[in-house]
Amino acid sequence: MSITMPVPDTATIAKRDHIIAAMRAIVPGEGVIVEADALRPWESDGLTAYRQPPMLVVLPETVEQVSAVLRWCHAEGVKVVPRGSGTSLSGGALPLADAVLLGMGKFKRILEVDYEDRVAVVQPGVTNLAITQAVEGRGFYYAPDPSSQIACSIGGNVAENSGGVHCLKYGLTTNNVLGVELVLMDGEIVRLGGRHLDSCGLDLLGVVVGSEGLLGVVTEVTVRILPKPETARAVLVGFPDAEQAGACVAQVIAEGIIPAGMEMMDRPAIHAAEAFVQVGYPLDVGALLIVEVDGPAAECDHLIGEIARIAGENGAVTSRVSTDEAERMAFWAGRKAAFPAVGRISPDYLCMDGTIPRRRLPEVLRRMEELSAHHGLGVANVFHAGDGNLHPLILYDANVPGELDAAEAFGSDILRLCVEVGGVLTGEHGVGIEKRDLMPVMFTEADLKQQQRVKCAFDPDLLLNPGKVFPTLRRCAELGRMHVHHGALPFPDLPRF
Amino acid sequence: MLEPRDALDLAQIIADAGANGAKLELRGGGTKADFGAPREAEVVSLAALSGVVDYDPAELVLTVRPGTPLAEVQALVAAEGQMLAFEPHGAPGATIGGTVAAAVAGSRRVTAGSARDHLLGFTAVSGRGESFVAGAKVVKNVTGYDLPKLMAGSWGRLGAMTELTLKVLPAPRCTVTLMAEGLTPVAAHALMAAALGSNADVSAAAHLARGITLLRVAGFAPSVDYRCNALPGLLAAHCRLSRLEETEAAALWREAMTGSALAGAVRWRVHLPPRKAPELVARFGNQWAMDWGGGQVWIASDDAGTAVREAAAALGGEAVLMQAPPDMRARVPAFQPRAPGVMALESRVRRAFDPMGVFATTRFREDAHADQLPA
Repeated sequence: MSITMPVPDTATIAKRDHIIAAMRAIVPGEGVIVEADALRPWESDGLTAYRQPPMLVVLPETVEQVSAVLRWCHAEGVKVVPRGSGTSLSGGALPLADAVLLGMGKFKRILEVDYEDRVAVVQPGVTNLAITQAVEGRGFYYAPDPSSQIACSIGGNVAENSGGVHCLKYGLTTNNVLGVELVLMDGEIVRLGGRHLDSCGLDLLGVVVGSEGLLGVVTEVTVRILPKPETARAVLVGFPDAEQAGACVAQVIAEGIIPAGMEMMDRPAIHAAEAFVQVGYPLDVGALLIVEVDGPAAECDHLIGEIARIAGENGAVTSRVSTDEAERMAFWAGRKAAFPAVGRISPDYLCMDGTIPRRRLPEVLRRMEELSAHHGLGVANVFHAGDGNLHPLILYDANVPGELDAAEAFGSDILRLCVEVGGVLTGEHGVGIEKRDLMPVMFTEADLKQQQRVKCAFDPDLLLNPGKVFPTLRRCAELGRMHVHHGALPFPDLPRF
Repeated sequence: MLEPRDALDLAQIIADAGANGAKLELRGGGTKADFGAPREAEVVSLAALSGVVDYDPAELVLTVRPGTPLAEVQALVAAEGQMLAFEPHGAPGATIGGTVAAAVAGSRRVTAGSARDHLLGFTAVSGRGESFVAGAKVVKNVTGYDLPKLMAGSWGRLGAMTELTLKVLPAPRCTVTLMAEGLTPVAAHALMAAALGSNADVSAAAHLARGITLLRVAGFAPSVDYRCNALPGLLAAHCRLSRLEETEAAALWREAMTGSALAGAVRWRVHLPPRKAPELVARFGNQWAMDWGGGQVWIASDDAGTAVREAAAALGGEAVLMQAPPDMRARVPAFQPRAPGVMALESRVRRAFDPMGVFATTRFREDAHADQLPA
C-alpha cells in the first residue's frame, strides 16, 4: 500500500506494561483494552483498506479522566489517537502501533436542550442522528446530516467538519457549532465559544472544528438546533448528459434558488442504484438530478415549479415531482444507497471526495473517463451538485494483485485534476491519511508550514494524532525558527517551542 | 503611513518591520481606528490593494482584494441579485478586508452566520513576511486547518490579507418587516424566540428600547406572502403584528444592528445567550438595542466604568468596548478577557503567525505581552 505511517517508536512499545498500568490507574475496570483479540475491532475506521491494531485502547467516561490520560501521555511522550465512532472515510482515526487509542464512545449523554435559545449541549459520543431524535418532538432538528449519521458521533463531526446533502443551504458542522469543551494534549481543559454567538478574541473554535483530532480532544459540544421546515418536496430530473444537468444546476442557483439538496448521479451510479433498490430511476438518461426544496408548502410549490421550468429549458428528458413523503423518500433511497449499490457490482470500491468549481464539471467528467481507461478501472459518480463536491467511486477488486494500488493511483489522479481546475482535495471527508501525501498538490511548503505552526501552538510535541493530514512531520523547533535581531529575541521571557 | 502598492510591497514592509522590531497596524478604510487602546504603531494602509480578482455568480464565489470598499463589493453582488449573507455594514470608506478582519455582521447573522461563515479562503502575508494561502475558492472544502475562521475577526493581528474569497448567496427577491409595538423586553424576547423557533423561516429579529420589535421575512414572493399571513396567527398570543414600510424598516434595522441611534460617549456591544438579554437591559436604562433575537445587545452611556462588562460576564456573555474616550480605551481592554488558558492559547496561536510581534501593538490590552510594552 502506498501510504506509509511514521515508524513506531520501539521505546514506547517496550514500556507498554507501564503505560497500561498508568491508564488503569486513571480509567478503572473495562475502560482499558489490552488483549490482542479485543483490540482487533479497533484496528481501522471507515477507510478499511488500512489496518493497524492500537497499542491499547482507553475509554474514559469523564473529562477529568480525559485530562489525566492526556496529561500523563504528554509527560511520558506517548502518542494519542482520538476516536469517535470510527466512521472516518479518510483514516483520521487509524490507530498507531505506538499510540493510545482514546475512544470517546462513553460520552453518550445529551446534557441540555434549550428550545428558547435553540441550542443543545451534548457529549461528543452522541450520534449525529440522536441529536435530531432528541429534539424532533418539539419540531426541531440538527441540520448537518452526513450519510453515516446513524453511527457517526458529534465529536467526530466536529473533528472532521462533516457535511451532508443539506449543507449547501444549512452549512457544515462548523456553521452549526457554537462552542466546545476541549482538552489539550497537556491535559489543560479549555472552553471555546459558548451558548452565544461570536466570542471575544481569536476564533479558536473555528480552527478546532475540522482539525481532524490534531489540536485537542473534544469533551462537550454546543450545537444550534433549527426549527424543522414545514414540508419538503423533491423533483427527479433526467438529462441526456451531465453537461445539461450541470447547466440546469447553475441556472437554478443563478435564479436565486438555494435548494435544500441538489444531487447528481451519472449513468453507472444510476444503474447500480436502480438495480439495488428499484425506485423507478430512469435508465435511459446520462445524468440524474434530485433537487429537494423545503419550507412552507407555498414556497415548495413555487420553487418546484420554477425548477421544473429551468430543467425543461436545459434539455431535461424526464421529470417527476414527489407527490407525497413516501415518493420523496423513494427518490432519495437510490441516492442514499449509491455506495452499497456500487458495492454490489464491484468487490471493492474507493470513494473519493474532491470539490471543483461547478462550471468545470463536463471537462472533469470527460477527463475522468480518460483516466478510467488509463488505469483500467471503472468509476461511478455521485455528486453534491449544488456545492461542486464530487464523490467518484472507483471500482476495484482487492483480491486482484495490484488493483488497490491502481485504484489509489486513479484516485490521486482525480484529486490532482480537482485541484488543477481550481478545486480542492476534500470537500467533506477530511485529509486523514488518505489525502495526506497529496497536500503539496494544493498547498505550497509555506502554506503547510503555517498550518503546522498552528498545530505547534496546541500540541508542541506533536503527540496528538501524528501522521495524519501533513505529509511531512516537522519539529516545532524547526518551524518556529526565526531571525534573531542584534542577538535578542522579542519577548525574551516567553517560552519558545 | 505606509501605502504598499501590491502584495510584494506589503511583504517587504512586514519583513523589514520584523527585522527592525517595528510595530505595524494594518488599516483598510480607517473607519475603526478608534477601536481599542490608543497606540503608537506605523500604519500600513491596504487601500491600494483594491479590486475584484474573480466573481462568478453561478459558483457563489467572489475573490476580492482587501482594500476594495465594502460599498463597492455590495453593489457588485447586488447587480447580480446576490448578497454577502452576513449583512456586513460600515461607515463610508469601510473596506471588505477591514469588515472581515473585524467580523462585522448585521441582523441576518442570527440565521445566516457571520463573516467567519462566509470567508472561504484567503492569501495573506504573515508576520514573518511570508505569503501563504489557506482555505480555497470553492464553497465546500475541509482540506487542512480552517484558517479563514481564525483570520475573520483577527483584527490584523495574524497577517495582512492580500486576497479574500467570500461565499455569496442569492439576495432574497422580496423582504417584508413585521413590527410589534409596546412590548416589554421580556415580552419582546419571548416573541423573537417564538418567531425564530417557528418554521416560518424568520431571518432576523430585533427589539429597540422604545418598544419596537422587528421580524424580517425574506424569500420568494409567494412564500413571503404566505409566511407573513401565517405569522400573526402563530404569534397571536404574544402581540399584534403589522407590516412596516420598507424605508422606515431599513432605518430601524440599522439602529438595531449598529446601535447608531444610542446616546452616550461609551458604547458596548454584548454577545450573550438571548434568553439573558431582558435581564441585561433591565440594568441599563433605555439606551440599548437588541439584535439577533437578543443575542447581541448594544448599550450606551457616559459611564466610564465596566458595569456592562461585569453584567455581561455574570449572564454568560461577553462585552466588547466599541466606542469610548481615549483615556477609557487606554484603561479598559476592548475585548472581554477570557480564561487564562484560552488567553495563553490565543497568544501561542498569534505567535504561530507573528513570532516577532510585528502586529502586536498595544491596541488590544489583553495581549499576554501587551503590558510589557511601553504604554
